[in-house]
Amino acid sequence: MEQKIAVKVDDLTVAYNYKPVLWDIDLEIPEGVLMAIVGPNGAGKSTLIKAILGILKPIAGSVSIYEKPYEKQRSLVAYVPQKGSVDWDFPTTALDVVMMGTYGSLGWIKRPGQKEKKAALEALEKVGMLPFKSRQISQLSGGQQQRIFLARALVQDASIYFMDEPFQGVDATTEIAIINILKELRKAGKTVIVVHHDLQTVPEYFDWVTFLNVKKIATGPVKDIFNDDNLTKTYGINYKVSIQE
Amino acid sequence: MDLQEYFSLVFSDYTLRTITLGTAILGAVTGMLGSFAVLRKQSLLGDAISHAALPGIAIAFLITGAKDSNTLLLGALVSGLLGTFWIRGIITKTHLKSDTALGLILSLFFGFGMLLLTFIQKQPNANQAGLDKYLFGQAATLVESDVWLMAIVTGLCLFVLLLFWKEFKILLFDKDYAKTLGFNTKTIDILITSFIVLAIVLGLQTVGVVLMSAMLLAPAAAARQWTNSLSKMVFLAAVFGAFSGVFGTAISSSQNNLSTGPVIVLVASVFVVFSFIFSPSRGLLFRQIRFIANRRDLEQQKTLAFMYHIAETHDNISHPHTIKILNNFQGFTRKTLQKLVDKEYVMLDGTMWSLTQKGFDKASNLYNQQAKEDE
Amino acid sequence: MSNAQIEIQLIASLVAIACAIPGTFLVLRKMAMISDAISHSILPGIVVGFFITQDLNSPLLILLAALTGVITVVLVERIQKTGLVKEDTAIGLVFPALFSIGVIMIAKNANDVHLDVDAVLLGELAFAPFDRLFISGTDVGPKSLWIIGSILVITVGLLIAFFKELKVSTFDAGLAASLGFSPALIHYGLMTVSSVTTVGAFDAVGAILVVALMIAPAASAYLLTTDLKKMLGLAIVFGVLSAISGYWFAHWLDASIAGSITTMLGVLFLIMYLFAPSKGLIAVIYREKQQRIEVSLLTFLLHLRNHDDERERHVNHLNEHINWQKVRSKTVLDLALKNNMIDINNKIVSLTSKGDEFTSQAIDYIITNEDAQIEDMKDDFFLFRG
Repeated sequence: MEQKIAVKVDDLTVAYNYKPVLWDIDLEIPEGVLMAIVGPNGAGKSTLIKAILGILKPIAGSVSIYEKPYEKQRSLVAYVPQKGSVDWDFPTTALDVVMMGTYGSLGWIKRPGQKEKKAALEALEKVGMLPFKSRQISQLSGGQQQRIFLARALVQDASIYFMDEPFQGVDATTEIAIINILKELRKAGKTVIVVHHDLQTVPEYFDWVTFLNVKKIATGPVKDIFNDDNLTKTYGINYKVSIQE
Repeated sequence: MDLQEYFSLVFSDYTLRTITLGTAILGAVTGMLGSFAVLRKQSLLGDAISHAALPGIAIAFLITGAKDSNTLLLGALVSGLLGTFWIRGIITKTHLKSDTALGLILSLFFGFGMLLLTFIQKQPNANQAGLDKYLFGQAATLVESDVWLMAIVTGLCLFVLLLFWKEFKILLFDKDYAKTLGFNTKTIDILITSFIVLAIVLGLQTVGVVLMSAMLLAPAAAARQWTNSLSKMVFLAAVFGAFSGVFGTAISSSQNNLSTGPVIVLVASVFVVFSFIFSPSRGLLFRQIRFIANRRDLEQQKTLAFMYHIAETHDNISHPHTIKILNNFQGFTRKTLQKLVDKEYVMLDGTMWSLTQKGFDKASNLYNQQAKEDE
Repeated sequence: MSNAQIEIQLIASLVAIACAIPGTFLVLRKMAMISDAISHSILPGIVVGFFITQDLNSPLLILLAALTGVITVVLVERIQKTGLVKEDTAIGLVFPALFSIGVIMIAKNANDVHLDVDAVLLGELAFAPFDRLFISGTDVGPKSLWIIGSILVITVGLLIAFFKELKVSTFDAGLAASLGFSPALIHYGLMTVSSVTTVGAFDAVGAILVVALMIAPAASAYLLTTDLKKMLGLAIVFGVLSAISGYWFAHWLDASIAGSITTMLGVLFLIMYLFAPSKGLIAVIYREKQQRIEVSLLTFLLHLRNHDDERERHVNHLNEHINWQKVRSKTVLDLALKNNMIDINNKIVSLTSKGDEFTSQAIDYIITNEDAQIEDMKDDFFLFRG
């Protein structure tokens, strides 16, 4: 059976302040995979996601989502930014942040109503944050804040999820909770793309992986390509990870 | 005129009513928009914009020769916007940082404005009197048409704010995310900035170039302490701003030789100090109280835990011990011991203490909880 | 030139130098707005000092007012530490409040204090030569000259004595601490010098010009060099240049000298902002365009190397496959051809061996030196020079 391609990246080149961060990236992400993007610091992992989502303008290259340009397929895509990218002292509640996930489908001016609130509450329930819905966001722990971000993406009810380091600075319970939700998403046929730091957990969490270090080193199923050879190519030093069978 | 007289006159006296209404509306609109400036970490932008507006006033006067405040404000608006965009240009296109860009535009535009003002003052024909009111503001020169203009702008601002509330909020909180949802963040950004510039320019006549930034910041900073909701914060900031305007006007008109601008700013600053200290959730006072209470609880628990460990070694938990052995323990004070007695965890008999059954259960509970959390 | 004119220019130049030195460090430490805050909040200090000394030029007044400046900095830091508001908000809250107190104090004592708020903001350099210092009956020059001269001597002395410490703590606070310099000491030392300079200069040139003289020369110099010593030197030259040209401009216009000097500083900054080589606006825009072409060229070469399929390498299909933005494919194609990096056979583009080697080199370079910018490649690759 031919697998559908969810995200296709062609010859993408991005420069940040005119310093090249990504070079000529070609990437095809099949539908329904749970993919990790790994690479050393400064390898352009976050940049890749941001360029795909149109937050950064590439110098060259194109991105298509289910064979159409990204701009036309926004509703199919949800995004979980890095937790550190926002001001958590902002005067708003957990529920309010999750409601923001509905703003895209509402479009300009229209206000969220009962339907949107219900969706947001359901998403909060899914991430186990319903009891905290009225909490001011600065009063949440790092793990809880990450769950709020995840809930906000879930509300978007997308087909493809992009997540930027969702496991950074979270407690063990949250990490398990998040990975369970990601696996559930995959089971429902969604595509999930995660910028990931912890190489040890790659084989356990993901079924697809992309090695990135300014250039794309390799991409494919974890069982085929997650090996010392590719790790060394990506991280530059003799890298060995004990993969448990 | 004393304060009482002021409040009895404010409804009947035309001038007083105009001024009070003007400062109140100004306070409300700057408070409202100031909330956005504060949350976007652009607090000092207001200071730069208000200073940058000065040459615009002078140039508008040089061109038209008119003292009509609307013409001058138009000049101020153009010049303020120019300054704002130049600041952006400096930050995005050079390696100079935002603080340098702000300081540059602020001082350079202001100095140029002063050059023009002194130049105008030396002109023989000019009826320039009144131009320097823009330095420190003169609420007394407000006339009904000025107040109408303020009211219209405030109404417009309120309308736009309500219309694009959702967009403003998401831009303020998470700009990148807003972009992925398909919102044109540049448009929202320009909309907010333009309104902030407009509000500043409106306030120049009343509060003046030098102190205008405080009108933006102070009500918003005070409001932030009382609420964790953006809408309530904006509303409260407007209320604080309006009250600062009214009280400031009242105080300055009840005294001789007091210009309105500095008094309004001081009233607003009092709001800030009060909020910093007395806000129940964030304020310094309650934070300190909570801190002390927490420490006391901790000390009590520590003492109790220590007693528990001693009592554990005896068959009879209520076996008495001397108080002395507690002394070398950190959490212990006479006071905490008394508190434990009050709670019937401990019985005192002269210089001896003993744990009650209740105290023992409590301590073992605490101990188990701790062990659980450590796992 | 009359004696008074020379004295005015001398005072203005000394103020410019005295401001440029702390200003350079403020700009480098991203604290430029602190100078604005200090310049406003010293007002109550000046008023109180004036009540005590009855003399605007008294050293005691200068110390008292400078103390207000340091108090401002401490107050701002205290508020920042509470976490109740963001850092810049703290600055914006403190100085208007202190300035308002100063204005009100002047207004309430208008009969006793012959202080004009306008004069505090703008100064009156033109009158400076008339307030003279007499030592045992002999006229030794204007008081302002002596005041700002002494401040300058102290500033230069401190600069020379602590240059190394200042440099290290400005560029790497962590390193400074590990070397045993207290960053806090340097920080408050700098704040004290800034405050004293501001107070010493306000009487001559006014608070706002002090801010301009601190920030603008340093910012203009920063657009030309990143070397600390050169930057200090340039800032001083720019300051003095603006001071003297500003004086004559004001003379010609018959307007405020302070305003005129600021305007000259503005013109100077505008020139640097637009024309500074490599860091000015025009240079940046030009470079951005060049870099876009260069990046596109490399992307194009990489594309050729990665794709053997002839369809991907057909001249007519390049745009479709590479999707260049803003740079037309023809420019890039011509550039590559000119440098013998590609061959075109039957409209199929392929890499020459030289192009292949160049591409590998460039990619290695980019990957191994993560922080290296394309700009640096200009030195290593002939292509980028021409």
